[in-house]
Amino acid sequence: MKRIVLIVGLLLVMVTVGVAGWFATFPRWTEEELAILRGLSIDALPALPKDPSNRYGDDLAAARFGQALFFDTRLSSNGEVSCASCHQPDRSFTDGLALGEGVGTAGRKTMNIIGTAYSPWQFWDGRKDSQWAQALGPLESAVEHGGDRTFYARIIAQEYADQYQSIFGSLPDLSDQDRFPLNAGPVDDPLVNAAWEAMTQEDRDIVTQIFVNMGKAIAAYERRLLPGTTRFDLYVRAAIANDRTEMDRQMNEQEVAGLRLFIGRANCTQCHNGPLFTNNDFHNTGVPAVIGKAPDRGRADGVTQLLSDEFNCLGRWSDAGAEDCDELKFAIVEGEQLVGAFKPSSLRNITLTAPYMHAGQFASLDEVLMHYNHAPMAAVGHSELVPLHINRFEREDIIAFLATLEGGTSAGPEWLAAP
Amino acid sequence: MKNPVVVAIISAVVTVFVLLILLVMLMPMIGPRFLHPMMMASEGMHAQNQPQGLDTATTKPSDAGNFVLGWASESGSVPLNQIHSWVVTVIMADGTPVEDAIIVVDGGMPQHGHGLPTQPQVTQYLGNGQYLVEGLRFQMPGWWEVRFGVTSDNTTDSVTFNLVME
Repeated sequence: MKRIVLIVGLLLVMVTVGVAGWFATFPRWTEEELAILRGLSIDALPALPKDPSNRYGDDLAAARFGQALFFDTRLSSNGEVSCASCHQPDRSFTDGLALGEGVGTAGRKTMNIIGTAYSPWQFWDGRKDSQWAQALGPLESAVEHGGDRTFYARIIAQEYADQYQSIFGSLPDLSDQDRFPLNAGPVDDPLVNAAWEAMTQEDRDIVTQIFVNMGKAIAAYERRLLPGTTRFDLYVRAAIANDRTEMDRQMNEQEVAGLRLFIGRANCTQCHNGPLFTNNDFHNTGVPAVIGKAPDRGRADGVTQLLSDEFNCLGRWSDAGAEDCDELKFAIVEGEQLVGAFKPSSLRNITLTAPYMHAGQFASLDEVLMHYNHAPMAAVGHSELVPLHINRFEREDIIAFLATLEGGTSAGPEWLAAP
Repeated sequence: MKNPVVVAIISAVVTVFVLLILLVMLMPMIGPRFLHPMMMASEGMHAQNQPQGLDTATTKPSDAGNFVLGWASESGSVPLNQIHSWVVTVIMADGTPVEDAIIVVDGGMPQHGHGLPTQPQVTQYLGNGQYLVEGLRFQMPGWWEVRFGVTSDNTTDSVTFNLVME
């Protein structure tokens, strides 16, 4: 009797081990899943396309000049704020704050810069359609750099004349303060704005040309800030080669489980797809309004600003021909879907860029996932979310996976500080 | 209860059963992390599943049968997440090319409840019932619908094409 129980028990154990071993020989990902993983990996990132609106985009000297401007605090009304004050290289070019802090407090959260050269739209609401046009926005914002066009043009003439002229050609003489007031530009400040209006169109163009070239130089710098290779990317390479040892070295079981949820039930790839983990489109995910403020209408207002922006692709300051402006020409300009819609952030380096959402509404990735899980009604417009029904452990898995997307930038350290 | 072999087999089967049921009941708690992919075939493909037997024909009669429409990407293939152009051919049911059609384009991803990321437009009549539609972009893999509304000679009709982006 005892012996028989023992034999049956042994048989059961052997069958279990056999079945388990048999399962273990199966590939861990199906062909379809591998195709999805490949599409998310950095190896799927195409070569950086030219920016036809910026003829200096790939000019090394312009990039060096742009780098100098990026880290220069003189480009602000109080002399304390540079682009890098908020776009800090060691935080994936964000600042750890809910709302950007320049000379005042901005209305939205500072955005990551790495990889934005691939995006047709800049800012949370896509109100700019190139990196150079984007770079000019904060310079003229009363709460960010707080300066104006003649102020910046003078700094270029005083501090960067040689460097500027070696790239963009001769620098006009701005010394006549009657023609070129110390502070003039199309900004909120009524006095500065009035001074700008009082200038002749010709003089305004002279100043705007310098201002535009500053933006194009900064963009030439920012174009070089591309994402670095991450553990996830190495894992996908190993998975495609079916190299299990290497797969296990790059990502642990929890991270893999998170990845499985990410491309599966958690629906993340609905917006966070492609090698940059963003589709660069605009989506309303029902993120709550900032307490005490009217709900942000996002893209609905952004697209209006885009169309009337003198620095857009079709504008006179752009180097692009109309045939290069398809994104702008065929942009959706109206409709309910734009209300309260924002651009999904790239998830590469997302662990470095807390807090999250367009006004830093969520302190942690767990709060973000809880929001996606509950899918509340939108404060304005209609949320695209549906409840996910993922539990606490699954949230932890997804967050563990997101940490494998940390890879900084592939740009060398010489690009990550003032030159 | 005489035969010990029967007792052993029955108790083994019951034990396995109980363990399996326990595992299934614990599933919502432990999540999929301890499962082998083959045991949860649907997990990875959830978002990408398209309905079986989706009609992905690129030439179709319009809904009320007034026209026949066909589309082809200008470059021969449909690139993922890149703006590109299609050539859309509109003919009457009898094969005559429709020269003066006014065509409007919309579409989206039915499973995700969002529309197209761009507003494609007919920008040129190429002759012989062919129209150039510019500004199409499909930014993610999966099932997309593209609808053409055609108006010609006071007749309006529409047709919906399905395509699956890989």
